[in-house]
Amino acid sequence: MTKPKRILCNDELNSWGVNMINIIWAVLIILGFVVGAINGNIEQVTTAAIENAKTAVELAFGLIGIMALWLGIMKIAEDSGLIKIISKALKPVMLLLFPDVPETHPAMGAMIMNLSANILGLGNAATPFGLKAMEELQKLNRKKDTATDAMVTFLAINTSSVTLIPASTVAILGAAGATNPTEIIGPTIIATTLSTTAAIISAKTLQGLPRYRIERTNKRRDIRCYLK
Amino acid sequence: MLLKIIDLLSKFAIPFMIVGIISFGISKKIKVYESFIEGAKGGFTTAIRIIPSFVAMLVAIGVFRASGAMDLFTKAFSPILEVFHIPREVVPMIFMRPLSGSGAQGIMSELGTTYGPDSLVARMSAVMMGSSETTLYILAVYFGSVSIKKQRHALWAGLIADAVGAISAIYISRLFFGA
Repeated sequence: MTKPKRILCNDELNSWGVNMINIIWAVLIILGFVVGAINGNIEQVTTAAIENAKTAVELAFGLIGIMALWLGIMKIAEDSGLIKIISKALKPVMLLLFPDVPETHPAMGAMIMNLSANILGLGNAATPFGLKAMEELQKLNRKKDTATDAMVTFLAINTSSVTLIPASTVAILGAAGATNPTEIIGPTIIATTLSTTAAIISAKTLQGLPRYRIERTNKRRDIRCYLK
Repeated sequence: MLLKIIDLLSKFAIPFMIVGIISFGISKKIKVYESFIEGAKGGFTTAIRIIPSFVAMLVAIGVFRASGAMDLFTKAFSPILEVFHIPREVVPMIFMRPLSGSGAQGIMSELGTTYGPDSLVARMSAVMMGSSETTLYILAVYFGSVSIKKQRHALWAGLIADAVGAISAIYISRLFFGA
């Protein structure tokens, strides 16, 4: 007699996705304070915690204006049909990356704007577009507390950076007195292409693993999941 | 020459984008001002929504760095990474890059002043800086902004990409600039 297959429900499937960030966050803080106590610089650690909390809010407030500016510009691009034109041109790539997102959905436009801004090295424009993209992707999400495949793929691409011109890095290197700071552009493009490829492949591969998979239709979910 | 082109590009990219989009809007007879206002309304709520995750992440990373725990962590990993011919000097960069953008920038500047901006390790760290992003921060802020609690495989995908990026940066830099 074969052993009955264990029923995995969504909450269990995704438990790792929840735990990881909780564990990392807790480890960073607890280890930080413990090491601080041992090193005898616990006061600086406390100061750092409080200062950074303040900085976070200042940064977020600073973002309000930038967000408003770029979301306003994006709305013009949307209303004028410019995003639709770009979407059409990029359709094959975008559909391959985000098969679950309808091609005319605003999420597609926001993601395209975010990726374009990233490619051009416009970090402060990329963030507003990215946050807007998440908002739109969330509208397509049927399980509001769980990331969708499209969200994960989108963020994986974002975390791996897709810049063509690492302008600020070149600037820092130049300011430090490098004889030819632009030399790093070639290697940077190769490295970032490899890391973005790795990001896409790992996002696409991991999304199918039993531990991370999302059940697509309620039909496929076992009734026992609801009885738990 | 190349430096000038890049300088021009980064100077003109944003003006070009703004002027281009507005001009296109006008050519399509869009009420550009009203569209702008309509879109800009979303700026406030989105920026405010990211505050909790922003605070959580920045505090955790600040504590970890200020205490010296980051240095300990880096020191513990250096010998293992040296087996793979990864120079001890760039190890802090590998771990800092996914955690903190300003921290990574600090390490890069430091390597530039200590070993010279034209040194291999300074270039390696620059390539790492340019070819990657602050993974932990991006995940926390972007997911936090829409209250996603279950991030699924996002962290692993991001960290795998970071590892591939860091290793590529090191080997490719050596290929390009290595003695």
